[in-house]
Amino acid sequence: MAGFDKVVNTYEEAMAGLEDGMTVIAGGFGICGIPENLINQIKKMGTKELTIISNNCGIDGFGLGVLLEDRQIKKMVSSYVGENKLFEEQLLSGQLEVELTPQGTLAEKMRAAGAGIPAFYTATGYGTDIGEGKDVREFNGRKYILEESIQGDFSIVKAWKADRYGNAIYRNTAMNFNPMAATAGKICVMEVEEIVEPGELDPMYIHTPGIYVDRLIQGTFEKRIEKRTVREG
Amino acid sequence: MALSRDQMAIRVARELQDGYYVNLGIGIPTLVANHVPDGMDVMLQSENGLLGMGPFPTEDQIDPDLINAGKQLVTTAKGASIFSSAESFAMIRGGHVDLTVLGAFEVDVNGNIASWMIPGKLIKGMGGAMDLVAGADNIVVMMTHADKYGNSKLLPQCNLPLTGAGCITQVLTDLAYVEIRDGKFHLVERAPGVSVEEIVEKTAGEMVVPDHVPEIQF
Repeated sequence: MAGFDKVVNTYEEAMAGLEDGMTVIAGGFGICGIPENLINQIKKMGTKELTIISNNCGIDGFGLGVLLEDRQIKKMVSSYVGENKLFEEQLLSGQLEVELTPQGTLAEKMRAAGAGIPAFYTATGYGTDIGEGKDVREFNGRKYILEESIQGDFSIVKAWKADRYGNAIYRNTAMNFNPMAATAGKICVMEVEEIVEPGELDPMYIHTPGIYVDRLIQGTFEKRIEKRTVREG
Repeated sequence: MALSRDQMAIRVARELQDGYYVNLGIGIPTLVANHVPDGMDVMLQSENGLLGMGPFPTEDQIDPDLINAGKQLVTTAKGASIFSSAESFAMIRGGHVDLTVLGAFEVDVNGNIASWMIPGKLIKGMGGAMDLVAGADNIVVMMTHADKYGNSKLLPQCNLPLTGAGCITQVLTDLAYVEIRDGKFHLVERAPGVSVEEIVEKTAGEMVVPDHVPEIQF
């Protein structure tokens, strides 16, 4: 690597330094826009006791679901889980801890961490179990709870295209949590479908500036579909 | 007769206005999209990060990178925009969405809503529901009046863990259109052929009944 060039050539290099017990923030919504190959690399490495921050936990046999197979995940912080049998089993048997977090709060926790904001007030969850034990403050007659941001040791994200400097563009709703995840990891690893040379992407249309990206790798993606809803043509 | 799911959607669709940005929750609320009045432009928000959701794709339009909050394949409508989930919840929390329609297990006279968790059953999570009810001013809850055992879902106080506190003012059930204010339910309209007595009997929370309760017209 030289200068601003973030490209690494192997998935081993991409995830080097990930250790047992670390916190990993993953982009993706359902199995759309997930860093499939980076997840598979974590499976291959066998890293254990991981805390994973991700809106969902994949499905059986795909996405973050594969990390359940060898019990690599200690704790999940998500807004919606349980689309997979293995997850349910490990949750009910107490092998897996889950911290449910409202989706917008989860997105903001990542965004805030990346922006250097340690905590923020939100009305979301006030008066519910989610607000219990959290600092409450009133602004303009309305009550808000204090939520802390979440930083990861690593963040793993998937974009569509990036230049070698890590300036990235997402495709359609595969964007989802990826831009915030990219900012919230001490080491951000991004995988993309295509790496281009600096200058090839219009600076006006960059979603994630390269400053957030530490390692960049080009991969091929299965892009499995979770719910195949189709209408007659 | 209790309203069918489609009739419920037709009634809720009458709350739409031209130029509205609308978030429809998973389940029955999605049916509202099929009943947008002719000549009216409405844009559907999907909280994963899409404003201007179109119909399901045809086989040749399938794009795994384009889904809605229910993880279903969708298309974009003309004039759509796509953004991150943080941006999506900024517009929700910031009160920019004009109408939110969502389902519920229970609603009570103080506008509390329980819609995400039944203790003892597998807990899957709240997704974006807590953000939606906290952020929107204009929310319609769409649900059956009673559960499958005949227990009222309009209560003096919610029994299940809350999704949001004091945030619901309008409920459309299969029997009635109900408003919530001043710590009471107020019966506004009834399903055709359903008596006021039946509705009151199936409402566990205090219900104010005006002299005249019109039937919902179809």
